[in-house]
Amino acid sequence: MGTVILLTLTGLGLAALYFLVASGLSLVFGLADVLNFAHGLFLGVGAYATWWAAANLPGAGSDGFGFVLAVVFGVAAGTLVAVLVELVLIRPLYSRTIEQVLVTVGLSLAGVALLQATWGADARPFPRPDWTRQVTGILGAQVPNGGLLLIIAAVLVLGALLAFLRWTRYGLVIRAGVENREMVTALGIDVRKAFTLVFAIGGAAAALAGALGGVYFGTVSPGQGGSLLIFAFIVVVIGGMGSVVGSAYAAVAVGLLQQFVNYYGPSGLGDVCVVGLLAVVLLLRPQGIAGKVATA
Amino acid sequence: MTEPILNVEDLSVRISGLHILQGVSFTVAPTGVTVLLGRNGVGKTTTLRAIVGLTPPAGEVRGTIRMGAQSLLARPTHRLVRGGLGYVPEDRCVFAGLTVAENLRLAERRGVSPAYDKVFALFPELDRRGRQRAGSLSGGQQQMLAIGRVLLNDNRLLLVDEPTKGLAPKVVTEVAEVLERVAESVPVLLVEQNLAVVRRLARDAVVLAAGKVAWTGDAQELLLETALTRSLLGVGSGESQHPAEPGRAAAGKDGH
Repeated sequence: MGTVILLTLTGLGLAALYFLVASGLSLVFGLADVLNFAHGLFLGVGAYATWWAAANLPGAGSDGFGFVLAVVFGVAAGTLVAVLVELVLIRPLYSRTIEQVLVTVGLSLAGVALLQATWGADARPFPRPDWTRQVTGILGAQVPNGGLLLIIAAVLVLGALLAFLRWTRYGLVIRAGVENREMVTALGIDVRKAFTLVFAIGGAAAALAGALGGVYFGTVSPGQGGSLLIFAFIVVVIGGMGSVVGSAYAAVAVGLLQQFVNYYGPSGLGDVCVVGLLAVVLLLRPQGIAGKVATA
Repeated sequence: MTEPILNVEDLSVRISGLHILQGVSFTVAPTGVTVLLGRNGVGKTTTLRAIVGLTPPAGEVRGTIRMGAQSLLARPTHRLVRGGLGYVPEDRCVFAGLTVAENLRLAERRGVSPAYDKVFALFPELDRRGRQRAGSLSGGQQQMLAIGRVLLNDNRLLLVDEPTKGLAPKVVTEVAEVLERVAESVPVLLVEQNLAVVRRLARDAVVLAAGKVAWTGDAQELLLETALTRSLLGVGSGESQHPAEPGRAAAGKDGH
């Protein structure tokens, strides 16, 4: 029983990480039709900026309020990079899908190379509060606090995103834009502002994933964003493009499947099963769990 | 003679290698309804979309489009709409996943008081169905929402694309009545296949054929000329342009 609880909660921790990356990716694709392969870069920037801030930013550190400040700095850095990428690189290329893919793939490769050139290719120990290294006993299972932190953060982000989409003017514009972007402009709304906003939201969530992923894994490395991005894309496709709730369901399915199969089966089989799940969803429900609707 | 509200000169639109409009020129009077007629595929919807700046990015638009003294070409759609160009697209394009109230709220503009009183006076049903998802409305109700959404703000010109398409006869009459009332205060450029609606609403007519203007003049005179309407539109003046359209047979159920 303890093993099942442990696998479930660590699986949910992994799902939380996938959700944080996938939610922004999904909104960006759903609204702006941009397949953003550079999304992993935002995660990398968030992780490295948090790592850097913990050691160098006055007031920041690896524990207590100092750690919170370091994470805030990391999230702000990821958000800023995401906004700059949208404004400078993506905006001139809307409706030019091939060029967008080339630019975002190139940017993701250049971003990893830049991180490697600056801080080296090796993984570095991530500054994290002592309590995140400890475990909490839940129904007989000793669950790592880092994973629980990720779950709590993902639930808060999900709630905040849904409240934003449901109750704010820009949330309404994004929900409408995911359905029919052209009609939003035909109502006199400059939908490009919403594009920038979803990039900022996606960048912030991915950067938070980078910072908390560093806590979860204990290290930060230049390629971390890229490897998580692959599963985030799978989550987006399974969940349905443009659906935050769909991404949450899909992230839970992928995280749990991976964790259980990798534990009870040969190592690596969980990843294969995730691809199998993707294939099944594409065959039976090509639009994903929740289709192309921004809230449900 | 009064100045036209819209002046289209030598408008050409090429999309994916197809020359859909080839030097189209016409004007829209500052009052009443001007109807854009033609057989299927002659470029009526393309004309409206070019005016409101919604030609696909791969498309090429040439010519001149002016609303009053203002040139419309190369201006982004949202600015044109904010400048008073209202657009009701073909197939309504309501946001199916949003409620009726949210669809309307989306059209509100900062610093401008939305004319809910006017819209709910024209379409009381929209007020009653505020919490209903737009996707669950009937075709007629969706059309009312699409028109109501545009009427929340002041417009200098309304572009309305096939508002009666697929609707039950009773709803067609209701929509025509609303457009008649709307046209009392704002000029309308209407694309319409239902000649009974055209007869009721239109003062001027522009007929397109193969991407060019084939005829312009008084709409009522055109409808009196059965031979002319048959040659230009493929139907007699007493018929709809698509009498055998399957959606119309089923519209009695869907449309209300």
